[in-house]
Amino acid sequence: MIIELGHYCLALVLAISLFQFFVPALGVRYKSSSLMRSSFITAYISFLLVSLSFLSLTYAYVTSDFSVSLVAQNSHSLKPLIYKISGVWGNHEGSLMLWILILTFYSATVALVGRKLPLKLISLVLSCQGLIASAFISFILFTSNPFIRLFFPNIEGEGFNPILQDFGLAIHPPFLYLGYVGLSITFSFSIAALLIGKVDTIWVKWVRPWTLIAWVFLTIGIALGSWWAYRELGWGGWWFWDPVENASFMPWLATTALLHSSIVAEKRDTLKAWTILLAIVAFSFSLLGTFIVRSGVLISVHAFATDPSRGLYILLLLVLFTGGALVLFAKKASHLKSGSLFQPLSREGALVINNIIFASAAATVLLGTLYPIFIDAVNNSKVSVGPPYFEAVFIPLMVPAILLCAFSPMLSWKRANIENIMERIIAVFICSILLTSILVFIYNGSASAFLGVFLGFWLILGTTYEFIIKVGIKLSFKTFIKRSLKLPRSAYGMSLAHIGVAIFVIGVTVSSAWREEIEQPILIGEKVIINNMELSFLSINNVKGPNWIADRGEFEVVRKGKNKEFMYPERRFYPASQVNTSEPAIMSNILFDLYIVLGESLNNDKSYSLRVYYSPFINWIWLGILLMALGGILSLTDRKHRLGYAIKINNENISK
Amino acid sequence: MKKKYSYLPLIFFFILVLFFARQLILKEDPSELPSVLLEKSLPKIKLDKLSDYKLFNKKNLLQLNEPSLVNVWSSWCAPCQIEHEFLMTMSRSNNIKIFGINYKDDKQDAIKVLKLNGNPFYAIGRDDDGTQAINLGVYGVPETFIIDASGNIRYRHVGPILEYDMNNTILPILNKIK
Repeated sequence: MIIELGHYCLALVLAISLFQFFVPALGVRYKSSSLMRSSFITAYISFLLVSLSFLSLTYAYVTSDFSVSLVAQNSHSLKPLIYKISGVWGNHEGSLMLWILILTFYSATVALVGRKLPLKLISLVLSCQGLIASAFISFILFTSNPFIRLFFPNIEGEGFNPILQDFGLAIHPPFLYLGYVGLSITFSFSIAALLIGKVDTIWVKWVRPWTLIAWVFLTIGIALGSWWAYRELGWGGWWFWDPVENASFMPWLATTALLHSSIVAEKRDTLKAWTILLAIVAFSFSLLGTFIVRSGVLISVHAFATDPSRGLYILLLLVLFTGGALVLFAKKASHLKSGSLFQPLSREGALVINNIIFASAAATVLLGTLYPIFIDAVNNSKVSVGPPYFEAVFIPLMVPAILLCAFSPMLSWKRANIENIMERIIAVFICSILLTSILVFIYNGSASAFLGVFLGFWLILGTTYEFIIKVGIKLSFKTFIKRSLKLPRSAYGMSLAHIGVAIFVIGVTVSSAWREEIEQPILIGEKVIINNMELSFLSINNVKGPNWIADRGEFEVVRKGKNKEFMYPERRFYPASQVNTSEPAIMSNILFDLYIVLGESLNNDKSYSLRVYYSPFINWIWLGILLMALGGILSLTDRKHRLGYAIKINNENISK
Repeated sequence: MKKKYSYLPLIFFFILVLFFARQLILKEDPSELPSVLLEKSLPKIKLDKLSDYKLFNKKNLLQLNEPSLVNVWSSWCAPCQIEHEFLMTMSRSNNIKIFGINYKDDKQDAIKVLKLNGNPFYAIGRDDDGTQAINLGVYGVPETFIIDASGNIRYRHVGPILEYDMNNTILPILNKIK
């Protein structure tokens, strides 16, 4: 009964969303403020009903109602509660429900904090959100309905991919979707601006925080996904340039560009058309990601079950939204008044270069991801584009970006004087070269390790120096602290995020340059030595989990100056789905990770295949990403980026 | 922004959509072999010898006169490492002959993997520049083909063979065509 209620709610929201699309648009056309105002109510009601619908599906999962087809296919009564809940979005249909839930949540939030925006703007935004919602809800209802009952109910569910039974992965999709769907708001704002034909201060003030929100969630979502891959897939890697990963990385790159270009739009009243284009592109990338993951045009280790008819539907959505937006852009963009031209050597000049780099980076990832499709179309052969391509094109793009990132905040707006900052740049350069040379010499690193570590130092020192100068030089310690506390939070946010980038770069470089690995068969009682640590294989025991049984190996780790430590890698067997998985044991700290994977027992019975990885500084990768996200959050709390900005602005031009 | 430039993104997007539409409409599922090859005879492949392992060529595959597997792998491919133990199981426990194509790999690295994790291959050959794999329609590594006794391709598996695939796909098909 409850599931039927959820089904009914969703169908109702389809009607309401269509209403939310048409009526405010008509209101704008016929200058009727009551029609425009209806968009607020519909936004709230949609969110309420979608929540009910989502809850009913969750209820079916929690109570293991196997008469519902989706639950029977994807759940199992023996699964721990948290994975029953995360199972709701662990499949195609449920993940779309989550998508819609977040979309209506954002629409309702925009309606709530945007009450005092010019009515025309906010109702066009909500109308556009209504169109997106109706398109996705009809996609769910007509091609991927999660509420279908089975004619003959199953007694037990068909389980759930055990690799996906991991906490990081359970919370990864909600974060990612909060990012993806957050971009719908900047998209809708851009459409509204194009329709109105005006990009003013209010518009920019609104787009920046929403871009930041989407960016923060995307950043965290991607980090969680890669953290999962690292801990769970059992080969010690953290990024594989897989089409599905790229699908989340492309919107991130576009959003990063958008974040920076909206600063220029805000501060210098220029680059408006470009900012709007980026907002359209960023949301299109998140639609494209949806398309790639679900349509079957590309294969990937973690794509959803695919179905060509769904693919066609998503392609139509893509044409409707991206195509429509780009037509509108082509027609209207030239009418947008843009500010004065600017000097190449200035803060905005540097930000433009940042934008060019990030846009090219997104384009190269797009090209690499879709290359198999192009080649297939051109000469009918199948190729695969792997990490070598991405590393070869991506790293050279990012090197200048990081070089620029350290000193462009030192440039002043409008017209910078290079002589003023040359001294600082040289000082930072010399310090970082010296530090890098010493470290790389002591630890005997390669040229690429040198480059990576240098970039890290360069960015950390440059950012810190810039921060100190912003506070003021030649101050007593007390005044320094006092004045630095007065700096706006967005200044802290930027410095923190840039330092996060530096830490990330150091993590990536060091963990790959100084990584050690051992792969060999091992007998109980034998020892291996990796990076001055001694690992002894003590025993194998049988253990039992909630829905698996496992062989658990016991390893004793001895390292200098420390007590004995024990690690327990497992080989799990999930009877429900008849699948074996390796559960690596990871000893993790800020300086290194020791990663043990226990393989199958080899044919002579006594020996097991063993893989051990020593990855120094690998946690700096996630630490760096975390700092970037924290920087974003800190900026968001800055008064001038509050979501409800414009509330104070007098709302006199309501019905213009 | 000049008017004509503002049409560029639209044009680019339009081209992209054409490619997608073609892929969706013409090709059903990229994980399936282009129908040209399925049920056809294994194409001629010319591979190089890897150290002193027995060289894989079409002749020694046909001489077997029993169904076999052709596995495309590399030492640099992480999923291949995962798949390796199941290849070992199939060759040791189920006595299945597996032919290996070592795809765009470093000789020493490949030998190292076989020394460490065991050699599941009945015969093996190196495909240095990846051209031989293209003849087979390989999309990426790992990929596995089931070949029947008369040398026809009967099934193509894209991605690593995990335990589930081994028990529910590969072994049943091999038994069926025996």
